[in-house]
Amino acid sequence: MTPPTATAMTAAAECPECAAEVRPARKPLRGEVLRCPDCSAELEVTSVSPLRLELAPTVEEDWGE
Amino acid sequence: MRIGLLHSRVRVEERLLIEEFQRRAVDLELLDVRSLVWDLEDADSWTRFDAVVDRCISQTQAAAAVRIIESYGVPCVNPARVIDVCGDKLATTLALARAGVPSPRTLVAVDEESALRAVEAIGYPAVLKPTVGSWGRLLARVSDRDAAEAVIEHKATLGGPQHGVFYVQEYIRKPQRDLRVFVVGDRAICGIVRHSAHWITNTARGGRAEALRMTDEIEGVCVRAARAVGGGVLAIDLLECPEGGLLVSEVNHTMEFRNSIEPTGVDIPARMIDFVLEAAAGRTAAGTVAGGVA
Repeated sequence: MTPPTATAMTAAAECPECAAEVRPARKPLRGEVLRCPDCSAELEVTSVSPLRLELAPTVEEDWGE
Repeated sequence: MRIGLLHSRVRVEERLLIEEFQRRAVDLELLDVRSLVWDLEDADSWTRFDAVVDRCISQTQAAAAVRIIESYGVPCVNPARVIDVCGDKLATTLALARAGVPSPRTLVAVDEESALRAVEAIGYPAVLKPTVGSWGRLLARVSDRDAAEAVIEHKATLGGPQHGVFYVQEYIRKPQRDLRVFVVGDRAICGIVRHSAHWITNTARGGRAEALRMTDEIEGVCVRAARAVGGGVLAIDLLECPEGGLLVSEVNHTMEFRNSIEPTGVDIPARMIDFVLEAAAGRTAAGTVAGGVA
């Protein structure tokens, strides 16, 4: 039997921008930023269980190292 | 031992740190700075932490949060005084100058006409930088008076009050690369060379990284720079000046290292966590270099 892939095991959520299905390659952490495979929007994981995605905040002037 | 990891956006770096903490079975608590409310008179809920690691992407949020958490008696890596110095290029340059650490010649003004005089005194090309900012953003290289007047006017008109501090540096004709050295405590653990045809060489802007051959000179200037700003876990950016040798361009307090692990072969997150755990255990004062002065 072929073991399930990491992708098949993770939950999916809807992109808030284009409604496409976004399925992380591995279990994400709250606060991680993913990119929608359809519209390329940057999405932040705001909940892991259930998986919820929101548009990621845009870069602010004081962001960085 | 319980460690708090203060974060906002969880980048690759934060994920690597979390995985390393988990690998070591450290009791780690993730703290999203955006969800926290602090009672400035009630430290009880924070005394469960032996140390807090700051990995906030926003310097403003980090400085506020760390200042509060430290007031509760919890050591932070890096501490607020280091964030304050590293997060402001003027403060950084002053700290480096006090410690005799070489950096590009810098003039500062807080008025448009004076800023233009500063640029003309530096000579063309000159570089204007915001005192707060990272990732190579909003840097301007001006090659003549027309450009200088335009940039100064734009900063004064369009920027916030902070852009009214005009930080003007000599342009260093470096060899299409700069150096980044990672300092943990009093050791330069590794470094990279960032190649870029563009004068702004951040890897965030597409600079290509390769391992840096560490020398005593490089390590020496970087450890001194780290001590000058208060020490801790820092990334030092160096320029190679044909006339002046190594110059410290910037000291970064929430270093990004994802592009540096593979070329250097150094487990950077592991070395960072070694330092954090030592701070938590009280063996090294968090944020101060062993034997150094903050």
